[in-house]
Amino acid sequence: MRDIYEHTAGEDLIIKTSVRLLVPFIQLFGLYVIVHGHYSPGGGFQGGVILGASFILLALAFGMKTSQEYMTIKVNTVFTNLGAAIFIGVGVVSALFGGLFLDYAALNILIPLGRIEWHSFGIFLVEVGVGITVMSIMVLLYWNLSSGGALDEGL
Amino acid sequence: MKNLALLATLLTGALLLYGTKDFPAWGDPQSPASTYLSPHYIEEAVEETHVPNIVTAVLGDYRGYDTMFETVVIYCAGMAVVSVLRRNRDEEE
Repeated sequence: MRDIYEHTAGEDLIIKTSVRLLVPFIQLFGLYVIVHGHYSPGGGFQGGVILGASFILLALAFGMKTSQEYMTIKVNTVFTNLGAAIFIGVGVVSALFGGLFLDYAALNILIPLGRIEWHSFGIFLVEVGVGITVMSIMVLLYWNLSSGGALDEGL
Repeated sequence: MKNLALLATLLTGALLLYGTKDFPAWGDPQSPASTYLSPHYIEEAVEETHVPNIVTAVLGDYRGYDTMFETVVIYCAGMAVVSVLRRNRDEEE
């Protein structure tokens, strides 16, 4: 049973070709959703989920090892922590420069963009942090749950 | 012990339900949230943050603290799954 499953799963030409064509566009759309969150529905959470889904799709069609060539376990670990650190770091830095916690206008001392413009840019920084964390956590959850924690081969 | 836990749950639930009696009705224009908080967001958000999307302005700026802990919750979920499931090949042998 196991042998048949391994030989058929993900070996289909149609699945492989369509996933290979789709993944770049899915990732581009994910980045668009994060960056365009200021003007349209979207933002860090939604864009991060779309980016994470593209890696999961890669793992489903080509196997877990292939998805780990594009995002290694080490990079995934770094991204997971980096995203949360960006968010909290922006808050702490703005508190250090004389504002309240997460008061982005205080960062105007660091780079003079204008206090109101810093609110917009601070939200952008925070959304990027959210997107990075959500993307890598999505991939991490899929890897661990589908392979039982071994991260070698999944569904 | 089980009955005691059930009793405590029911009592807390009853107290919370009793508390909802004092809530303003759905969409009540005289409720505190509708009289000064929502109008402030709707009227001032674009001027104060230069973000045309009010949802993003509220989520990322006015309620940034909330969004930060949403991210931390997702982070904790990931760490919990890793700490329960993750195993290395070398350790098994």
